[in-house]
Amino acid sequence: MTEPGPIVEFRRVSKSFGDTRAVDAVSFAVHRGEFFSLLGPSGCGKTTTLRLLAGFEAPDPDGGEVRIEGEVVNFRRPYERRIGMVFQNYALFPHLSVERNVAFGLEEHRVPRTEIPGRVERALRLVRLAPATFARRKPHQLSGGQRQRVALARALVLEPAILLLDEPLGAIDLKLRKEMQLELKALNRELGMTFVYVTHDQEEALAMSDRIAVMSEARIAQLGTPAEVYENPRTEFVAGFIGEANLLEGTAGKRESGEGGCWGVAPRDGPSFLVPHHPAISEGATVRIAVRPEWLDLFAPGSVPPGENALPGTVLDVVYLGETMHVVVALDELRRVRVALRNEGQLVNPLPWRRGGAVMVAWRPEDCQLLELE
Amino acid sequence: MTAGLRRRLLASFARRPSAGSWALVSPALLWLLLFFAVPLALLLGYSLMHRGTYGGVSPGFTLEHYRRFVDPLYLAVAGRTLGIALATTALCLLLGYPVAYGIARAGRWRNALLFLVILPFWTSFLVRTYAMIILLRESGVFNAVLQGLGVISAPLDLLYTPGAVLAGLVYGFLPFMILPIYASLERLDLSLLDAAEALGARPAARFRRVTLPLSLPGVAAGSLLVFIPALGSFLTPDLLGGAKTMMLGNLVQNQFGPARNWPFGAAISFALMGVVFVALLAWLRVRDREAAA
Repeated sequence: MTEPGPIVEFRRVSKSFGDTRAVDAVSFAVHRGEFFSLLGPSGCGKTTTLRLLAGFEAPDPDGGEVRIEGEVVNFRRPYERRIGMVFQNYALFPHLSVERNVAFGLEEHRVPRTEIPGRVERALRLVRLAPATFARRKPHQLSGGQRQRVALARALVLEPAILLLDEPLGAIDLKLRKEMQLELKALNRELGMTFVYVTHDQEEALAMSDRIAVMSEARIAQLGTPAEVYENPRTEFVAGFIGEANLLEGTAGKRESGEGGCWGVAPRDGPSFLVPHHPAISEGATVRIAVRPEWLDLFAPGSVPPGENALPGTVLDVVYLGETMHVVVALDELRRVRVALRNEGQLVNPLPWRRGGAVMVAWRPEDCQLLELE
Repeated sequence: MTAGLRRRLLASFARRPSAGSWALVSPALLWLLLFFAVPLALLLGYSLMHRGTYGGVSPGFTLEHYRRFVDPLYLAVAGRTLGIALATTALCLLLGYPVAYGIARAGRWRNALLFLVILPFWTSFLVRTYAMIILLRESGVFNAVLQGLGVISAPLDLLYTPGAVLAGLVYGFLPFMILPIYASLERLDLSLLDAAEALGARPAARFRRVTLPLSLPGVAAGSLLVFIPALGSFLTPDLLGGAKTMMLGNLVQNQFGPARNWPFGAAISFALMGVVFVALLAWLRVRDREAAA
């Protein structure tokens, strides 16, 4: 056997519609059995990327290569690619019963008639729909979640090498969505099937994916594990799109002496703060960092632990979010930061911060992420 | 009566309309009563009375006119009428479906093409039928062109044939087939075709298993809109078919006109309505099945 390479590979793939470039020289590889997500706001090109992989769209001439199992498949039709697809609005055939929907692909693939009922039943059980109850129902007699399960069974019954999912949980209510997320992830693990998942919901992508490609304006802004894209966002876009981020900017001044010495960074107004050394920083350069709300802490003026960066501010608002408390602090006229504090019970142990109060926003210098200047 | 129809009728009786809704529908109800129900009742009455000597009716009760209609002579006319109406419907379907499909997929040309489909309605049907005469007559456009090209040596008999009637009816009713089919194709969710393709369906299978079944309501509506007026048509067979292609409509016109046999004309009309009613029930059945789907 040959060394198994990536199951999907995009090499500088571009796709234009008229004058609009929907996908611009995108390259990535998906590993066998991986749960791979394409994450981005609407119009970022994630759905077009998925449709290029599915075979509904072909790359532009000179628009790179789409490879599946190492083979260039640019112009192969979807049914020549061993893919299954779950659509955003389910796309169940309204005139066919659940079992006929699931059997559709088997019939088109000329699976022997005698095998079909058994495989349909197994597929329905796999997505936890009782065949006796649901097989004969029409799609309009099902709830959104049940329809999604049928769409999933319909794609899985063909045992595709790759399952493509286009915002499959978008129309389902929150509680059921969380449940389906776990189920999809479990299916991915149990079946060993490669999942390529499109979503605009960053929380969903973080919860389910092995790796995430964050897309913005027809390109991949960053590709990495959930921890990498959340804790190490490369650009302001990624930092802002995945989770919340406080952005701070200033000019690099002097570097502290010694190994691992930090740079002093002076914002336009207010006191300067320390940023760990990075080869991209030099004296006089603009430095932009992102600090996650949960990496920040609040102290009363004069009680900041030594060694921490501290910026003075005024409390604008205290937001109760259940698990956490968000305190919005104005550093000056323009700069606002959000500080996330653990909620230790506002009834027994309330936060000491009140609107209008003076506070110090503090963080350890290493708890920040240096952003590329776009 | 189908189960669905009965259910819906019962449901409509169960909901008692309020005084306000009576006020809203009463002008229409009055209109229908005066100009639909009353004439229909008159017609039914006439069909059961004796024939008046100079037209009109004379009092009495008889089923003679319905019995007379069962005569092979008139049944032949009825059979021809049914045949022409069915052929018109079938031809309109064969010609109209691809047109509707093309328009539904025509992107930004859609509205312009729809406009072209509706354009003939801007001219009177009578004028358009006369135009067909100019095309089809012995010295008409078709014969002139065919002779000019040397395809034929003597003019063909095109006008005053069943073919001419069929051509005229198809021409007149084609838009009624195209529009409802277009409406159902235009509503078709294109992601269903993507889903079918991802499941292995080639273009022909996608059409047969997805597009066609989902456009059946449009096909049923279009067929009905063509079949019913074709069944009752009398202008087209009168002008293009001459005396040789008489349809039931012409027969009715004849009985109320020159033949001065009003009761017989009324009886034929009622027989025709019976056929239309059966067609309507068939359509409702398709719609019920669609509603259940």
